[in-house]
Amino acid sequence: MSANNLTAVTGKANSKSYAAQKRTVLIASYVFLIVLSIIWVIPILWVVLTAFRTEPGQFSSTFFPRPYTWVEDGMQYTAPAYTLQNFKDLFTPREGFDFAKMWLNTFIVACISCVISTFFAVATSYVMSRLRFKLRKTFMNVALVMGMFPGFMSMIAIYFILKSIGIHQTLLALVLVYSGASGLGFYVCKGFFDTVPKALDEAAMIDGANKAQVFFQIILPMSKPIIVYQALNAFMGPWMDFIFAKFLMGTNYDTYTVAIGLYAMLEKERIYAYFRQFAAGSVLVAVPIMVLFMSLQRYYVEGVTGGAVKG
Amino acid sequence: MFQKKDESEIKIEDSFATKLSFLIMGFGNLSHKQFVKGIGFLAIEIGFILFMVMSGFKNLINMITLGTVETHDEVVPGKILPVRVFGDNSMLFLLYGVLTCMIVAAFVMVWRANIKSARQVQLLEKQGKKIPSFMDDVRIYLDEKFHITMLFLPITGILCFSVLPTIYMICIAFTNYDRDHQVPGNLFHWVGLQNFGNMLIGDERMSRTFFGTLLWTIIWAFFATFTNYFAGIIVALIINQKDVKFKKLWRSVLVLTIAMPQFISLLVMRCFFSNYGVVNRTLINMGLIDGVDNAIKFFEDPTLAKITVIFVNMWIGIPHTMLMSSGILMNIPQDLYEAATVDGANKVQMFFKITLPQIIFTTTPYLIQTFIGNINNFNLIYLLTGGGPTNANYYSAGDTDLLVTWLYKLTSGNRDYSLASTIGILIFIISATFSLLTYTNTKSYKEEDAFQ
Repeated sequence: MSANNLTAVTGKANSKSYAAQKRTVLIASYVFLIVLSIIWVIPILWVVLTAFRTEPGQFSSTFFPRPYTWVEDGMQYTAPAYTLQNFKDLFTPREGFDFAKMWLNTFIVACISCVISTFFAVATSYVMSRLRFKLRKTFMNVALVMGMFPGFMSMIAIYFILKSIGIHQTLLALVLVYSGASGLGFYVCKGFFDTVPKALDEAAMIDGANKAQVFFQIILPMSKPIIVYQALNAFMGPWMDFIFAKFLMGTNYDTYTVAIGLYAMLEKERIYAYFRQFAAGSVLVAVPIMVLFMSLQRYYVEGVTGGAVKG
Repeated sequence: MFQKKDESEIKIEDSFATKLSFLIMGFGNLSHKQFVKGIGFLAIEIGFILFMVMSGFKNLINMITLGTVETHDEVVPGKILPVRVFGDNSMLFLLYGVLTCMIVAAFVMVWRANIKSARQVQLLEKQGKKIPSFMDDVRIYLDEKFHITMLFLPITGILCFSVLPTIYMICIAFTNYDRDHQVPGNLFHWVGLQNFGNMLIGDERMSRTFFGTLLWTIIWAFFATFTNYFAGIIVALIINQKDVKFKKLWRSVLVLTIAMPQFISLLVMRCFFSNYGVVNRTLINMGLIDGVDNAIKFFEDPTLAKITVIFVNMWIGIPHTMLMSSGILMNIPQDLYEAATVDGANKVQMFFKITLPQIIFTTTPYLIQTFIGNINNFNLIYLLTGGGPTNANYYSAGDTDLLVTWLYKLTSGNRDYSLASTIGILIFIISATFSLLTYTNTKSYKEEDAFQ
């Protein structure tokens, strides 16, 4: 931002003192935003740097990696500050950690539960928004009540249920846990459907469409923003959830998702050897999600604000 | 789920076939040649009776006793060593009991549907109308009863993965399923309100932990919600000033952190603020701190740990509120401001009379949701401090433990399931009271139906 630009921006102002005041505000704003950006970027930058760092261990001596020097058999060795070795190590299975497999597991679970829970949430919210039937209000109140119980209070019970039908420690169990009760999360989506004019439905009904046709052929095609919002949230869930996955999977490394895998790398006895790999893994998880999120950000904002406006 | 139709309100004498439907489900439909529907009802009845005879009644009785035989060693004639005899599994008994109750409830609903269906078909016949075929019935489920079709799978999911487990865990709170009563070796029993008594008044250490943790949970939820809320709005206002350039860039920088999986950013923050972490390192390198021994103990000092988690939460949460209030700011009609300018209002007045009311009005439900969400904000505390530093006066809890993380510690570490469930119910009562007091007073709830 050059000084010329600033004067151009403030050029419209009539009185000189007003322009000066305005400029002060603007400069203060920029300083504030720059400081803010630095605070927000530093931790992310640090993870990326650590992913390429040669120096082992959880704590580096400096923020930016330095060439790593160590002594072995009386000889002194030096390695360059940055390396790709962490990524190679990450993809070499050892001690039961197979990152490629974890990544694939998470991806499968994310895709399936994304489809199921998007359908559940959209179907429920559409019904709650558009159709009128006897138990509608009851259902909405039950949903409100269920939402107030802490989520993993029921975790133990779910674990025993899945165990009694013999599918705990499988990916299917994770899919069920992530998407099973997603019908309860209909509030945001319902807010969206509430804003779609009812005249559309009525016009279609006059033309002889039944309610199913109205939903599938009229409403669904124009609900892209909210569907994308739901799908994005559902897809990101399995990448980010850690506690349910850990509780369900226990020690079955074959079905670990990236979240539990990465967390396990930070356990006390492993953290020194695995920390750089943790950072490398984090980068590989975060980058696809960030790309996805950034490209669909518009829908996300619409979803968030739509939900906030309508409750 | 079963709608009252106008026809069923016309009272007519139940015919023989309808009366028989009370006993033999689907008879009314069968006698009017609605075979698929009739056989369906009949099959459900037979299946239900078989289930009840085979295991249902037993399950209900077991649910009352929660098992009578403990695992014990028995001397069997002909064998030298006593043989281990496995006893009843109270946990499974309770689970099957709850499941049976739900099946009975579902059956009662089907039974009522069966009576209604019989009455309806009888009425249609009397009025000389065409009896709907199976295909007609199917068609209704795409039109008048479309909600049943759409909700069937979601509701099944909710019943299995939310309602059933929650009821089960509520039941657990009234038993003594704790570390001394672990299945399958031991039995546990119904103990009534004993757990609640212990938690609130009975057991001194326990109630000290509960009220201490509760206080911190509420303080935390308050600060976590409002710091993020107002800071997010301020950031959004600054970015959205007319003259500020690169709006997209500033926004994207903050949004990056939303896209970063939370457990990663939290674990990174944990390393960042630890005694040997980047923050302390940098301060040492700059000469502000004299060696690692004097490092700022972000997570070890109780008060400092609490402040740290609130600040880290701002790092996580501000981008969310920023995004949301940006959306709202952009949607405030510009002519409101123009009208205000014409009337001679200055910027400060416009902010307090137009911008702020608009934001607060549209975000009240969000604010309440966030507050409840923060009461249950497990991830942040667990991944950042793990509840620590440990407090010796507490029962298995640390200074930054929220009620939820304490609940988790009790289940995963101590296996005090009954206590954990008790806390779960108390959390529910707190959240519910809070929501009832606030949420039901908001316009968007009251006028939910009219507001479309």
